[in-house]
Amino acid sequence: MTFRVLIVEDSKVSREHIAATVEAVDGIEAVTTASGFEALKLLPRQRFDLIITDINMPDINGLELINFVKKNPNYRDVPLIIVTTEGREQDRSRGMALGAAGYLVKPFQTEDLEALLRRFLKPL
Amino acid sequence: MTQHGGKALAEFVAEATEILDALGRDLLALDEARDQEADPEHINGIFRAAHSLKGLSGLFGQERITQLAHAAEDLLDRLRLGRLTLDDQVLDALVDALDTFQSLLGETSRGEEGEDLTQRTRAMEERLARMGSPAPPAEEDPLERLELDVQVRAVFTEYEEHRLRENVRRGVALWRVRAAFDLTDFDQGLADLNARLKPLGEVISTLPSSRPGGASGIAFDLIFGAKVSAQALEEGLQGTPAELAPLTVRPAHGEPSRPVSAPETVSSLSPADAGVTAPDGAPRPKRGKKKGTRVRPLSLEAGPPQALLPADTRAPAQDAPSGSSHGTPGLVALPTAAASAGSPRMKAVAGPSPTTLGLQSAASAPLPAGRPRPEETSLRSLTQTVRVDIGRLDGLINMVGELLLIKANLQRLAEASRQDGTVALSKLFGQELSRETRQLERKLEALQEGLLEARMVPVGQVFDKLARLVRRIAREAGKEIDFVSTGGEVELDKLIVEELSDPLMHLIRNAIDHGAEGPEARLSAGKSRRAVVRLRAEQKGNHVLISVSDDGSGIDEARVREVALSRGLVTSAQVSEMTRRELLNLIFLPGFSTRSSVSALSGRGVGLDVVKNNLGNLSGIIDVWSERGKGTAFHLTLPVTLAIVRALVVGVSGRTYAVPLNSVLEILAVQPDDIRTVERREVLDLRGQTLPFLRLGRLFHLPEREVNRHFVVVVGLAQQRLGIAVDELFGQQDIVTKPLGGRLSGVKGISGATDLGNRRTVLVLDVAELLEEGIAQERRRA
Repeated sequence: MTFRVLIVEDSKVSREHIAATVEAVDGIEAVTTASGFEALKLLPRQRFDLIITDINMPDINGLELINFVKKNPNYRDVPLIIVTTEGREQDRSRGMALGAAGYLVKPFQTEDLEALLRRFLKPL
Repeated sequence: MTQHGGKALAEFVAEATEILDALGRDLLALDEARDQEADPEHINGIFRAAHSLKGLSGLFGQERITQLAHAAEDLLDRLRLGRLTLDDQVLDALVDALDTFQSLLGETSRGEEGEDLTQRTRAMEERLARMGSPAPPAEEDPLERLELDVQVRAVFTEYEEHRLRENVRRGVALWRVRAAFDLTDFDQGLADLNARLKPLGEVISTLPSSRPGGASGIAFDLIFGAKVSAQALEEGLQGTPAELAPLTVRPAHGEPSRPVSAPETVSSLSPADAGVTAPDGAPRPKRGKKKGTRVRPLSLEAGPPQALLPADTRAPAQDAPSGSSHGTPGLVALPTAAASAGSPRMKAVAGPSPTTLGLQSAASAPLPAGRPRPEETSLRSLTQTVRVDIGRLDGLINMVGELLLIKANLQRLAEASRQDGTVALSKLFGQELSRETRQLERKLEALQEGLLEARMVPVGQVFDKLARLVRRIAREAGKEIDFVSTGGEVELDKLIVEELSDPLMHLIRNAIDHGAEGPEARLSAGKSRRAVVRLRAEQKGNHVLISVSDDGSGIDEARVREVALSRGLVTSAQVSEMTRRELLNLIFLPGFSTRSSVSALSGRGVGLDVVKNNLGNLSGIIDVWSERGKGTAFHLTLPVTLAIVRALVVGVSGRTYAVPLNSVLEILAVQPDDIRTVERREVLDLRGQTLPFLRLGRLFHLPEREVNRHFVVVVGLAQQRLGIAVDELFGQQDIVTKPLGGRLSGVKGISGATDLGNRRTVLVLDVAELLEEGIAQERRRA
């Protein structure tokens, strides 16, 4: 079975980098989007096994996305991983408090992301 | 992670350039509004750009850019979160940081890593780190006074929380704007709503509501700080599915509690509602089902706002609070206009109005000693990419589709003629074939035009960069300059816009350095203290006119004459015959510089002759006008595009040449007798004007033929005119000019070669150079 991962990140390069890292793992397919709005649109249309989201984004922020996902009975079981930059401890801890499953600090090592994917997408 | 390889690097440079452009725009906006309070949106925009740049450069292992971006992000974060005040020093530091980023990106794109720039980057980082005085600490966290669900607060980012705090601290009326949309087009609906709200205040956060808005809908809560009265807000939102609810702020230091904007709410209530007061004074929320703008009090917490309270003068909303029965749970059903999709967007559209940049050069802090000058970086962009509007691309794809249809038709005709030979000879067949060919021609023309359009970019791209430069130059020169640019929306071929940036930079440096006087000198000359430097673009048919002008001291003609003579550039006999214009144009000669001391700014050995050459390479020309005491203006005339031009094909002594049609004014047939010799120059009389006459055959040393009449192609750019004598005219054709390689590239009067389609390669005349040549010949003969 193939896992599908949604990547929400407004920076193009970062988004593509995450997508490339995710897709390099066998059995995972990545769907990318540049905004929280788009993510809200995609959620009801496809099944996602994991969501990776940035926090600081122009329309709705990553925390709001996490909150939305966690409050919605249809998606609340989908694990979320936050990607933040260093120095944003408050945002990160809020994300975790809202129910994010893990976080990555940019610039991250590909191995770290892989480890998270393997932890949340079982059996991989 | 480090990515190697040219492609990755090019991608990095392209993306970083885009980020820096965006950063520059926001910085410019802050700069233009120096006297006013900074728009948090711009500061946040710059922060986001620095943040993205840091992430991007980190990804590509660009250590120096990452470090500087980190320092910049840090500073901006402090600004953004209100821990630092934006003053002139900080703004100057940010402008200089942008320069440093651009230099760094320049080196990166060339694969260099100079020690000088590394030092400068470090110094810049330290300067950013030292920057600014901390903002005064707030005695009490104003956010504590806002009655907002803890769960709502939990999803604010640190920045959003800060903006909310700022709004509470200033007593801005806060609202919760709730709107439900259909899941399929909510982004459009929200965009419309945001566009409506933007002129009315600040959207602090957009929260997707956890309460689903029906089966196929989604609801959003926008936390909004209004800078207008409740009534204006309501009116502004008419026709959207937004419901308004004021957020309650508890009093600071024992003030009575108040729903911030409630007093205004009352004024919009219908008379019937106005008298009703809830028994306990607490607002009672009602659930409305109808779409339309509604105002109703919202209780997010149990603490009831008091119904009656003294008018609070600190409330920023301008309308006088009526102070009566504001706590009424009223429901105002405003006229329910059409659905949100149809609501007009209120986003202000920037017109071609001039933008003025106020500069305080003398007042701002002197440059720290030892800081290397961010000097002479080219403004040329580092990437070759053109961003094309998707609509334009779609148009092109459609055209290709139509071409395929024509191809199918032609194929059918070919098939028919192959199977039945007689068909091929019929008149009908011929008609059909020529109809298809005409269609093909039209579509190809449209396709060509579309592709050319895709290469066009607004010249404003360069103007923005120049505006930032003016700031720095003015500061360094100790002058006070107002920079006004107009016509930034005029479009030019990307290639031309790129090549234009350096000549324009040079002309602007000249205007500030040599043209504009210092404030004292201006005052004593009876002028305003601040000099004005204008940059203007305007489209005129196939050409774009760009002018750089100042209201400074003007060019000293006598001095120009003196210098030209002393450098041996002209003889005194020539000078005595020159018109004022010709005299002024001497400043474009190589080796001419009116300043005895080379200025730190414009000097550097690059003269106006280089500017002129650069423009010549773009098939453009430059002209100067100046009046003592009033100012100087440089006028540049440029073709809109260089890619494909229509040309006149002519014959001279058995050879064929192409003349770009955009510079051909008219064609005359003249008898040999019509050519007169005045002061050993050949001239023609053209409607009472004397037209310099150039025999192309003679210029290219071709054997001249005896003819009983000449065709004269009259060419012109700006005010210069020249008649070129040719033997034959062959017609018009679209050509793509290819440069002559290597040793041939310096041939005077030829810009390149082109293929005429019948496998004949011909040379293309360089009209700008021929005009020069005509003038030079006059000078030599004189």
